[in-house]
Amino acid sequence: MSPNFVIPRFRLPAFIARFGHKLPQWPHTLALVGTLNAALKLKLLPESELAALEDKLFRVRVLDTGGEANYTFRNGMFRPVFQAQREPDLAFAANLSAFLQLLARQEDPDTLFFNRELEITGDTELGLIVKNMLDAIELPALPQLPLPGR
Amino acid sequence: MFLMPTLPDLVCPAGSLPALKAAVDNGADAVYLGFKNDTNARNFAGLNFDQKGMSDGIRYAHGKGREILLAINTFPQAGRTADWHKAVDAAVDLGVDAIILADVGLLDYATRRHPQQRLHLSVQGSATSYEAINFCQREFNIRRAVLPRVLTLAQVEHVIRNTSVEIEVFGFGSLCVMNEGRCWLSSYACGESPNTVGACSPAKYVKWDKQPGAMETRLNGILIDRFGDDEPAGYPTLCKGRFDVQGETYYALEEPTSLNVLSILPDILKIGVRAIKVEGRQRSPTYVTQVTRTLRAALDALRDGDARYHVKPAWQSELAKVSEGSQATLGAYNRPWR
Repeated sequence: MSPNFVIPRFRLPAFIARFGHKLPQWPHTLALVGTLNAALKLKLLPESELAALEDKLFRVRVLDTGGEANYTFRNGMFRPVFQAQREPDLAFAANLSAFLQLLARQEDPDTLFFNRELEITGDTELGLIVKNMLDAIELPALPQLPLPGR
Repeated sequence: MFLMPTLPDLVCPAGSLPALKAAVDNGADAVYLGFKNDTNARNFAGLNFDQKGMSDGIRYAHGKGREILLAINTFPQAGRTADWHKAVDAAVDLGVDAIILADVGLLDYATRRHPQQRLHLSVQGSATSYEAINFCQREFNIRRAVLPRVLTLAQVEHVIRNTSVEIEVFGFGSLCVMNEGRCWLSSYACGESPNTVGACSPAKYVKWDKQPGAMETRLNGILIDRFGDDEPAGYPTLCKGRFDVQGETYYALEEPTSLNVLSILPDILKIGVRAIKVEGRQRSPTYVTQVTRTLRAALDALRDGDARYHVKPAWQSELAKVSEGSQATLGAYNRPWR
């Protein structure tokens, strides 16, 4: 990604969440779980910390799209949970722009949390382990694409 | 116009290898780290460096001509002194440029066992006078002292004039009550504090409870604060809580806030501060990038003197964004009384 590309802070219109909530939740759940398992395979996640995730139920909620993904970690793999029978051990909730800013390492999770753009509920220590695990991932250096007009 | 002496070192935090690289790549002169255990005061789950990560980090920093400082800044606990000694030995073996120590017993061990190793006195050592600093120089040969955030600028200058030990001060980061090395507030709530287990208000005791229209923060069951949906949040520590005092609810100890010295940076340079430290080993590589590049730009703007120095709005907004409580203060530096 170009260093000059900035993800703006935005909020999708409310009707999208109302509509998105009624859509099936499996496509993005599978996409998220697939990404996490790919990161596992590439050994990007520190093995010393993974044991803390065993059998925990996680929920990621994108407030302004109405999307929600539940998943767990069992026997060395992330697995989708389509019908969660209990409250998650750890839940993240934010608007799409905040999640994108986090993933692109454009904003710091504590910053988003202080500014009330990221909600973390459940087992706080588990949340810290997950946060620090994501922070410790060394992103591969992506090739710099030339910017148009330069 | 005042011609600036050599610029002070910019000392930045890292809790992970990507954060260390971010600090180096964005202009830190030195990066400070801790081991993955309770020998340092940011002993949080999933944070910090094992020996492999640390040697990779040291290689990276040294390859670019930067220094690595290792914080062993907690106090050895009864019956476990050997763990802290081992940490000091490991730091020397790894080849860190300096070890930051707080405990006098540990300083004594380090200087006897490793007389060639550069030692810094940690802010946790709580030395606020030149007498205390000169004592540590005489007894333990410390080369630098990090000053607690309780001194006015004039007091910092007084210390610098009366010691040959290098002086490091804080330039940016979350503020606490700053009873550094002596604070037991966290232990009052949950039996654990930075000086004992290496963490203030450990996450396992923290609960963020979402209510309609508000979020409640509890530390081991004690209600610390209740934030309305539009109010900025802070870290869940007792010192930053709102409490009912004689019928009034307010920040009884201090409000969540961050130190930001950009506006007095020229004065800090003029009095001969040797290094400027950024708080936040618990923060992400993104924070390290944002704060390091901002302070680097501000320091570089002073390279040719302070005549044209002014704090750019872009610097302020970058730092304001990452601040705890979304506000900044000069802390004790500009306090009119002593």
